[in-house]
Amino acid sequence: MPGLEDLYKEIILDHYKNPRNRGELESPPAHKTEGFNPLCGDEVTVTFELRDDSLAELRIAGQGCSISQASASMMSAAVQGKSISEVRDLSREFKSMMSIHEESIDPKELDSASTATFQLGDLEALKGVVKFPVRIKCATLSWNTLLTGLDELEA
Amino acid sequence: MNLPSDLKEQFPLLSQVINDHQIVYLDSAASSQKPDSVIEAMNDYYRTINANVHRGAYEIAAQATEAMETSRGQIATFIGANSASEIVFTKNATESFNLVARSWGGQNLSEGDTVLITDMEHHANIVPWQILGAERGFEIRWIPLTSDGLLDLTQLDQLLDGVKMVSVTAMSNVLGTLNPVREIADRAHEAGALVTVDASQYVPHLPTDVNDLGADLMCFTGHKMCGPTGIGVLWGREEILDSMPPFLGGGEMILDVRKDGFTPNELPHKFEAGTPPIAEIIGLGAAVSFLESLGMTAIRQHEIRLTEYALNALDDRYGDELTIHGPKDASQRGGVLSIQYRDVHPHDLSQVLDQRGICIRAGHHCAKPLMRELGVGATARASLYLYNDESDIDALVDSLEPAGEMFAL
Ligand SMILES: Cc1ncc(COP(=O)(O)O)c(C=O)c1O
Repeated sequence: MPGLEDLYKEIILDHYKNPRNRGELESPPAHKTEGFNPLCGDEVTVTFELRDDSLAELRIAGQGCSISQASASMMSAAVQGKSISEVRDLSREFKSMMSIHEESIDPKELDSASTATFQLGDLEALKGVVKFPVRIKCATLSWNTLLTGLDELEA
Repeated sequence: MNLPSDLKEQFPLLSQVINDHQIVYLDSAASSQKPDSVIEAMNDYYRTINANVHRGAYEIAAQATEAMETSRGQIATFIGANSASEIVFTKNATESFNLVARSWGGQNLSEGDTVLITDMEHHANIVPWQILGAERGFEIRWIPLTSDGLLDLTQLDQLLDGVKMVSVTAMSNVLGTLNPVREIADRAHEAGALVTVDASQYVPHLPTDVNDLGADLMCFTGHKMCGPTGIGVLWGREEILDSMPPFLGGGEMILDVRKDGFTPNELPHKFEAGTPPIAEIIGLGAAVSFLESLGMTAIRQHEIRLTEYALNALDDRYGDELTIHGPKDASQRGGVLSIQYRDVHPHDLSQVLDQRGICIRAGHHCAKPLMRELGVGATARASLYLYNDESDIDALVDSLEPAGEMFAL
């Protein structure tokens, strides 16, 4: 049985207690997307602004457990300023880390050339969540919400 | 009247060790554990008399049919029904509600009609009405709550105006509130409405008499009352069930089928299409025997004492750092404690408790409209049953503080 320390790494608790990029951008001009986790009632609101195909500004609002809130905060720090294709690659990498089946992703699936050396960085701390399958949805909520937002804009 | 102190020994699951701790099971509002006698009754059925019911002329088929119908009779007596034919077996309380909405509602509700429910209902007593409502365009009205988590009945007469069905829970699965069903039923009847009672959290914990409650229809579920999953009950007054059209169609529920139509079976078989969950029905009968052997009054007394003990222990230890939703008085509530401790999220709280083998529930408990009224996304819920004792409460109380240290913002 995995221990709590596998789940609640210090850096996760730090992001939970001191969330980065917290708040909402005015929308419009910013794009706003809300995500829900129907199982646990967690909610996240992602507002972001694109400039030159990059995520120029991004803010996170909402309420939820430490994992969903910390994951959102870490995501905000990781994607701010990145190009859309980098963000999509990163999200794919993150979601594959969050997959119980530990399937590794095929580099050919990644869009941008720079991704060979792509680093999850702090996000790696969330790896332990996989050992607690009911919490995976908490960790992926903000990512799925951001992706929905990007899809909406591109549609 | 006290419950035997070694009750836990009759529940094999409760002797298990989880995460190096003897399990502390505090989630009986979601599903109760099962005593040996229930597990054995179901095993015995499969080992000795497994055969389809109401069909074969051979010995074991007759025995299986008799065992199933004996259970029906036991359940009827257990809730004070007038006859066994008022007991309809379903899959769970949820299916019972869908049956009521589809069959009774399908026959009686259309545009301009109103169904009155409450802000503390489980989704099982909301969504079936909404599904039908979307087709028929009738109104769903809600009885609001007071700040103590009681039903606010001050506007009941206005709310009842033009209502055809009142469907109300006897006990909230989130707040523990015991509602004044009889008073609501009397006033609903005066206003010309029928009354459906959600007794899913009531029948397992309190002595139940459908006539005392003033109910016309009542739904409950086997797995919360020491019985197996996969078996629920709809009770209804015979003349009402008789007036309702069939719900699911197929075998067992017909007297005759011709190319130009069918003749429905008599009660209760009219509502029991297909091969029933025979082992589960027999298991539920064994659960009723078990509960009766302890005595429902003794069970209720035990739970009042334990709820009082828990409310006091939590308050003594944590004071203002802890909020418990719902009524403060143990005699007005069941043993369902939705806890907010400091600003620890329910998910995180239950995760920390799980490490100590303590099972509580974190989430919206299938009562999202109520969560919105409470202004929370989720609650952490500990719920008690006949097998719980002070040691379970002590384990819960001791575990909150470490969770707070970890997560307090
Ligand atoms: C008050 C209440 N009503 C209805 C239900 C539904 O029970 P089931 O899921 O067995 O249909 C539950 C339990 O989940 C409940 O607590």
